[in-house]
Amino acid sequence: MSEKDARQLKSGDTVTLDGLIFSGRDEMHIRALEYAREGRKLPYDLRGGVIFHCGPIMKKVNGHWNVVAAGPTTSSRMNTMEPEFIERFGVRAIIGKGGMSQPTVDAMVKFGCVYLAFTGGAAVLGAEGIVEVKGVEWLDLGMPEAMWELAVKGFGPMTVAIDAHGNSLYKEVDAKVTKNVAVAKKKLGLLG
Amino acid sequence: MRTTKLVEDVTINLLRMAVTSLPEDVLTALRLAEEEETSEIARIQLRTILANVEMADRRTLPMCQDTGLPVFFVSGRCIPHLEEAVRRGVARATSEIPLRPNAVQPLTRANPGDNLGKGMPHIHFHPSDEDFTEITVMPKGAGSENMSALSMLNPSQGAKGIKAFVLDTVVAAGGKPCPPTIVGVGIGGTADEAMLLAKKSLLRRLDVPNKDPDLRRLEEELKDALNSSGIGPMGLGGQTTVLGVLIEDAFTHTASLPVAICLQCWASRRASARIFKDGHVEYSKEGFC
Repeated sequence: MSEKDARQLKSGDTVTLDGLIFSGRDEMHIRALEYAREGRKLPYDLRGGVIFHCGPIMKKVNGHWNVVAAGPTTSSRMNTMEPEFIERFGVRAIIGKGGMSQPTVDAMVKFGCVYLAFTGGAAVLGAEGIVEVKGVEWLDLGMPEAMWELAVKGFGPMTVAIDAHGNSLYKEVDAKVTKNVAVAKKKLGLLG
Repeated sequence: MRTTKLVEDVTINLLRMAVTSLPEDVLTALRLAEEEETSEIARIQLRTILANVEMADRRTLPMCQDTGLPVFFVSGRCIPHLEEAVRRGVARATSEIPLRPNAVQPLTRANPGDNLGKGMPHIHFHPSDEDFTEITVMPKGAGSENMSALSMLNPSQGAKGIKAFVLDTVVAAGGKPCPPTIVGVGIGGTADEAMLLAKKSLLRRLDVPNKDPDLRRLEEELKDALNSSGIGPMGLGGQTTVLGVLIEDAFTHTASLPVAICLQCWASRRASARIFKDGHVEYSKEGFC
């Protein structure tokens, strides 16, 4: 994915993805950043790539990994690591659920990256969009935490929830929720 | 020996039922939500969920890759060596279904790969004089479990304090626990008992009203308030933030008002079995109550 591709997407758009994506969650982020700080190369070049916050269920059949279930995991666990991750590795899209914090949104604006929300729990649909498990690295971290290289086709549907211009559906929803909850609390006699 | 083999097989069957298909009450609530949602993005989320659940059921595949931690509730007649049989069932289910190996050592994060370890699986025992042994499994995903909360309120804060705590907790969780969620609330007991009540409340069917009229009213008020928040499916906006609020209570200390919250994602997976003395087994996804 080029920077131009990423910057063309607008929050609220529905998209599907064809190409290559890499799974990565807590432990993969920790190790990748350690490698980068020590000047070591990652097993995969992530530049222009897509990171999927996902710990899949995989099954080895006749020496080849098959994907059983692969939906998104809660992205906010990667909040503290993602800005540096985006800057160091030049990823253009993050697939996850639940949204990410402002420093990540800022990094997305600065370096040209988007956040694609995939429906949490939709793991069979996710697996359906993965046509091949191309490889795996760092399997010592455990099946969910390893870095899986996945070829996808028609992967989705996903919603562009944070675009590379700082627009965020989560921020829009937050603003409404604050107002609505104040009304609800008043109705329940919880204010004043 | 025969009984322990039976328990092992029942454990695998329960886990498979739970992770590959949803109880009817949860499905009905999701379908109704999809019909009633007005936001297009919210409807896409709910349609994706329903399509995913249908596909998982048809192919007997785990609907969500987070097949959770295996939490068991065992009641009724005692069966010798039951714990060992359940453990064997969990290990076999992990490779046969398969389940994701989620259980790790908390500090080293070492993952043995079979969902077994110290204190794992969790089994809550409640022996009684029934002529059957009832085993219920609730595979509990981390996305929702990580949003759990406990507050030791002052008794003077009363119902208002409870309502404010539930609202604030669910609103702060936003899209993270995979809404539409089911909100389990435990009121009373001790701190640990309140937490267990909150988790156990999630075993009740959504279409079975609370027997206590005060709690029923509280459940309805909280459900309406939470659905007016606009958090919506996956936190992307909409009118379906929760499918239900389920409350269980117990007597507490005169100086205490513990309130615990256990959130359950839309994938509210559970399955129960009754093993009778003669070896025959009855299964129910929705539970027997």
